[in-house]
Amino acid sequence: MYVWIWRTLPGGLPGKLVGSALLIAAISALLLFLVFPWIEPSLPFNDITVE
Amino acid sequence: MRTDRMRVDGREDSDLDRPIWEQPAASDDGYPAGADATQYLDVANGPPVPAVAPARRSGRHQAVPEKSRLGSRDDEPSAGRDQARPSSHSSDAADPATNGARDRPRGSLVRTGIRGLGQTLITGGLIVLLFVVYELFITDLMTDQRQEELTDELVQNWENDDPTLGPDLPGGGLSQIPIGDGFAFIRIPALGADYVRVVVEGTTTDALTQGPGHYVDSAMPGELGNFSLAGHRTGKGSPFIDLDVLAPGDAVVIETGDTYFTYRVLGDPATGDFGADASGIPGQQIVSPQDVEVVYPIPGVDDATIVPTSAYLTLTTCHPKFSNEQRLIIHAVLDGPGLPKAEYPDGPPALTEN
Repeated sequence: MYVWIWRTLPGGLPGKLVGSALLIAAISALLLFLVFPWIEPSLPFNDITVE
Repeated sequence: MRTDRMRVDGREDSDLDRPIWEQPAASDDGYPAGADATQYLDVANGPPVPAVAPARRSGRHQAVPEKSRLGSRDDEPSAGRDQARPSSHSSDAADPATNGARDRPRGSLVRTGIRGLGQTLITGGLIVLLFVVYELFITDLMTDQRQEELTDELVQNWENDDPTLGPDLPGGGLSQIPIGDGFAFIRIPALGADYVRVVVEGTTTDALTQGPGHYVDSAMPGELGNFSLAGHRTGKGSPFIDLDVLAPGDAVVIETGDTYFTYRVLGDPATGDFGADASGIPGQQIVSPQDVEVVYPIPGVDDATIVPTSAYLTLTTCHPKFSNEQRLIIHAVLDGPGLPKAEYPDGPPALTEN
């Protein structure tokens, strides 16, 4: 998968580096601000109330 | 296309002689089969051929580099050849839509599988690491930002004398505070001179993400009964991360619209014994998550007919850290009457006693 992404990215080595950085940033942001907040309530780390 | 036509003219069967993994797959080039066949017939002037077969071949031949096609024509076993041309061909293998995967001998398939598994595991590990970063740092950033907004809103509401934020007004604003709205400040000098959080109404997930939350059925600050708060131990600003360092006698100051209420952790300040209070209520306890008695009007007393005669404060958070196994509970009791903010512009003495 990573090999395929690297080969698919355009623009020679600089373009590939920039493209990789953008991809990493985009995926990280997606995880941090959408996926994790969405999945977090169902994980057992944050039950702090008595009920 | 040229070699394609030559093949069909001269050695039409050669595809059938090839190993099974070299044989053409179904057309995947998107060409209309009829058009392709017409083109073929016009240019090559060859004998009529069934329309479908050349279309299939042309799809195959366009996808395969010339070099590998030449190689495939002799009937030698393909293992050594496949290993000798890795880079030009592995792109086919990576794309399951083409027939590339079948080009590979078994050893290569195993290697591809193991590599895929390894990459998947590494990716999973990175995602878990990122989740840890999220829990420990990103949620803190979000909550800190939200706390600042809540602080501004609360101060503004107090200045505007918003009636929905009057928990100590006659008649009690208890049910009037919308879930998630800030209505008081909590200060704990033992956790740092600058420790201050906005207390929000409610203990829903959303409310607690913003700060310590007030159990909606429990008393309000200064009221007889049990003013109970839940707060996150780790992440979400970690308001209650160090709750375990609170000792008997430590102050917890609640600031409402016009009053400071100073609560003190139960127990004997001299010996540090949490269980020394005459009421029998411990200053600190660790309970199971189902022990709701800790937030009852009289902590630990499961009898609604007994009217509370003291104003308690209870803080709940998870225990141990990073776990929801148990709950860490702090009980405190109101120390003297509430102090009007107008008379103590610099805050109550409890804030500076350390």
